[in-house]
Amino acid sequence: MISLSAVLTLSGILFAIAVAGVFLNRKNIIVLLMCIELMLLAVNFNFVAFSRFLGDINGQIFVFFILTVAAAEAAIGLAILVVLFRERRSINVEDLDTLQG
Amino acid sequence: MNTFNAAEFNASLVYAWPEIFLGLAACVILMLDLALKDTQKSWTGILAIASLIVTALLASSHPVSTRILALGGLFELDRMAQILKVVTLLTVAVVFVYSNEYLRRRGILKGEYFVLGLFAALGIMVLISAANLITLYLGLELMSLCLYAMVAFDRESGTAAESAIKFFVLGSLASGTLLYGMSIVYGVTGSLQLSEIAIALHGGLAANVGVLFGLAFIIVGVGFKFGAVPFHMWIPDVYEGSPTCVTLFIGSAPKIAAFALAMRLLPEAMAFSQPDWSQMLVVLAVLSIGVGNVVAIAQTNLKRMLAYSTISHVGYILLGILAGTGQGYAAAMFYTITYVIVATGSFGMILLMSRQGFEADKIDDYKGLAIRSPWFAGMMAILMFSLAGLPPFIGFWAKFGVVQAVLGIGYTWLAVTAVLFSVVGAFFYLRIVKVMLFDDPLDHSVIGGSALMRTLLSANALLAFGLGVLPGGLLALCQQALM
Repeated sequence: MISLSAVLTLSGILFAIAVAGVFLNRKNIIVLLMCIELMLLAVNFNFVAFSRFLGDINGQIFVFFILTVAAAEAAIGLAILVVLFRERRSINVEDLDTLQG
Repeated sequence: MNTFNAAEFNASLVYAWPEIFLGLAACVILMLDLALKDTQKSWTGILAIASLIVTALLASSHPVSTRILALGGLFELDRMAQILKVVTLLTVAVVFVYSNEYLRRRGILKGEYFVLGLFAALGIMVLISAANLITLYLGLELMSLCLYAMVAFDRESGTAAESAIKFFVLGSLASGTLLYGMSIVYGVTGSLQLSEIAIALHGGLAANVGVLFGLAFIIVGVGFKFGAVPFHMWIPDVYEGSPTCVTLFIGSAPKIAAFALAMRLLPEAMAFSQPDWSQMLVVLAVLSIGVGNVVAIAQTNLKRMLAYSTISHVGYILLGILAGTGQGYAAAMFYTITYVIVATGSFGMILLMSRQGFEADKIDDYKGLAIRSPWFAGMMAILMFSLAGLPPFIGFWAKFGVVQAVLGIGYTWLAVTAVLFSVVGAFFYLRIVKVMLFDDPLDHSVIGGSALMRTLLSANALLAFGLGVLPGGLLALCQQALM
């Protein structure tokens, strides 16, 4: 059987890739949305692994909720993206500079 | 988790009646809105306000003296939850009254604003009453997703779309980080139930490296949702870029949600890791108070200035939480409630001053307000004094409470830093008062606003003054809830 630490390492790597993707990506907002999805999937991986190794079903139930919320989140993210594209004719991250934070 | 008992579940539904009613009302209003013509859209707002008031009455109807666990352990009702829910509902109702005319003038008086606002309020209520990580997460996301959509709902505005995408990306990042922390804590303690996590940590797991690791991620998530430095990047952009009525919404009720999130996760579930999370919160609090107060000085846009002011106030709220004592939590709760009252009034003033095609969001737009309308200049002055924390206004008692809590645990240097920076902060609030009183007005147009809005806004500002003179009642409520 695969050990818990192996699964946790994999999910940690996935999570790190996702966070790095959000901060390093300078080209395309769609890639940002994909990174956010990847981050939630890494968390799901964690929950499923813990649930399996603890013999506790609650973690897997949480995963269903996270998946559902992730779908709603993606829908809203893409809707905002469409509004942005209609205004700017671009989905380049570097063009988001009207507001200087 | 306990075994499921259907009869018990049904009997405990009564505790969730306010949430159930608000959810149903929001769905009904969404449907009714489809049948209304564009000229009748104010009805959506009136219905939304009515349903919020009914929900507030339901939530406050039966007194709660102890902690009640309901719905199979997913939902909990205590004094703190009851007070925070009523404050949230009334705040959202006041926000809707302020927004109505602004929306009509901008030609964006649509049902979506009110329905999304109702669902966001529902999310905040669920979050406040969460007794399980699942309910906590669902409440938080219901609120956040509604807020993302609200920021973007003025589809003609380019800056709104830009701030919406920034808000969305950073907000989702925060949720993901929070969830990752939750998953680690679940793995170590073996439970999603907040009370069982607390018991597991009490049983000697508090020093576990895994718990510390999870805790760090949870603090990052909470910091993002609060808007504490260094996780504050979204606040100024979102406040400036959104339509002012949405800024008003984001600047008020969600602060209560962030406070409840912190209270449920840290003192309730992870009470035995208190020394660890206190250390992390000290860093966030000092940075927030410092950066918020100093950067606000350089702003010429009032919405942006209030954004940095929010960041500094978040730092003060964290001071109360990090004290880790009942006195500190009560002080933080008092701070949150009073900040929400004052912030609602301040953004309400911006809404009152703006006209067709003109956003009164520059500080220069307030020049000579004392000549144009002495009454509202006075109200604005009360709100600014209160934000600055001058006695006898409400902000003074709030700051006094958290500083006292920090002194109570022996962090004298922290208390001194907080007080020094609040003196720095007083400068930019007083600048607004100076501009209103001593500069010549740039334009002489009459100040608009419906009679209802003017009355409510005056009442709001006078409340900030009245509570400052007589803070005892609210203070006692917060102390009963948390001490």
